[in-house]
Amino acid sequence: MATASVLQARSAGFSFENCKRNALVEANATDLGLRVPTARKTGTTICGVVYKDGVVLGADTRATEGMIVADKNCSKIHYISPNIYCCGAGTAADTEMTTQIISSNLELHSLSTGRLPRVATANRMLKQMLFRYQGYIGAALVLGGVDCNGPHLYSIYPHGSTDKLPYVTMGSGSLAAMAVFEDRYMPDMEEEDAKRLVRDAIAGGIFNDLGSGSNIDLCVISKGKVDYLRPHDEANKKGVRVNELDARPQAGSYKYKCGTTGVLTKAVTPLHTELVEETIQTMDTS
Amino acid sequence: MMAAALTMGLARQLHSSPCSDAAPDWTYREVSTGTTIMAVEFDGGVVMGADSRTTTGAYIANRVTDKLTPIHERIFCCRSGSAADTQAIADSVTYQLGFHSIELDEPPQVQTAANLFKEMCYRYREELMAGIIVAGWDKRRGGQVYTVPVGGMMTRQPVSVGGSGSTYIYGYVDSNYRTGMSREECLQFTAKALSLAMERDGSSGGVVRLAVISEQGVDRQVILGNQLPRFSAA
Repeated sequence: MATASVLQARSAGFSFENCKRNALVEANATDLGLRVPTARKTGTTICGVVYKDGVVLGADTRATEGMIVADKNCSKIHYISPNIYCCGAGTAADTEMTTQIISSNLELHSLSTGRLPRVATANRMLKQMLFRYQGYIGAALVLGGVDCNGPHLYSIYPHGSTDKLPYVTMGSGSLAAMAVFEDRYMPDMEEEDAKRLVRDAIAGGIFNDLGSGSNIDLCVISKGKVDYLRPHDEANKKGVRVNELDARPQAGSYKYKCGTTGVLTKAVTPLHTELVEETIQTMDTS
Repeated sequence: MMAAALTMGLARQLHSSPCSDAAPDWTYREVSTGTTIMAVEFDGGVVMGADSRTTTGAYIANRVTDKLTPIHERIFCCRSGSAADTQAIADSVTYQLGFHSIELDEPPQVQTAANLFKEMCYRYREELMAGIIVAGWDKRRGGQVYTVPVGGMMTRQPVSVGGSGSTYIYGYVDSNYRTGMSREECLQFTAKALSLAMERDGSSGGVVRLAVISEQGVDRQVILGNQLPRFSAA
């Protein structure tokens, strides 16, 4: 087959191919005063469900940069049009910019047609753009909305394939969320049941996936009405440790009484600091 | 063909996957319809069938996929390979064929649709991973099946199978196909062949989707997992 490329067998262990080049780049970067940026990913749980009167979209709120949480409360449900919203997983910048671009184009399109935009239109625009970039735009999206043909829900993958389904999950926590959906999804649910199901699916992702965490945002879209619930559920409040199984706050006191540990010897050395130089620099507040 | 497809899959993954320190492989693997698809001609039309599984690595992204895509009123295609590539190609051909049909002011020929697929699959053969079976009915040649495998060849066949699961049923198809089968016989033949493939191929599964295209129109069916024909007691 002509397409069989010259494949180098993956050798075990570390690959040091790029070290020399990286060192050069980083050395020059500091000369220019630049910091080498790291891509921030939303290791995420996002999901959506179609219910009787519309769609419910849900997302967690953790944005990670490698193993560090970069943003504890970021917003992953993006506005596309008054009746269409889109959750984004993958590279944070890619999901943000892609949804903004399509939102802008869709508004122009809507003004041109004189009609409320359809979810299928947004889906087409997104899939054609992502396909054009052959997967290099790392945006995995859950697109949902209500238009003249009823409620619609799509999942869109970075390479540009889409699936139209009654319930979808995306992101690193998608397996945990899908487990909840596969167990409890029913067609034509009521709004409260749908919200509870989405909340539980995202909670499944938050508590079982390291890349997802913090709070749960919900967006309920029905004909003529959008409820953007941010946050819907503060599943992880700072300083409050909750045992998930008991649902009782467990704030134990870990301070030990003075004298618990016996002191054998004590040596006190006062540190004297002397003032060497004092300079005053005035701030220009004109 | 399967070996080539696997290699292509690997090659794609190596240069298109973003760095993944903690993420499992299905978060960045390309979505593929590792599939079993099939189409059979009979006197008066065609029977098309497909499984319903779409995978990203080892995770099933969609277990109820519809791989039988309408291109025109009486022309469908079965998609296998990369989900993104085949969806994009099918959308493009649907547009081109619709335009052509309006210009012609009559229903398009199945051969035309097959040629449009071939043009695109051959021209962009290095970038695409798509194995497509085009089938339908037109008044000039009746029921026709054209296969456009990876690489962009195009040929008409009375029976055609495709996808990763097809390798398991070449024996069954070659020994059980007879010319002059009726519509019902073709349906049974297709359903049994797909069941056998889905049983053995990990990348195929879910439900069996069938479509019969004839002069009267399109008749679609779904056979759910528990209703599939069974072959062994196990």
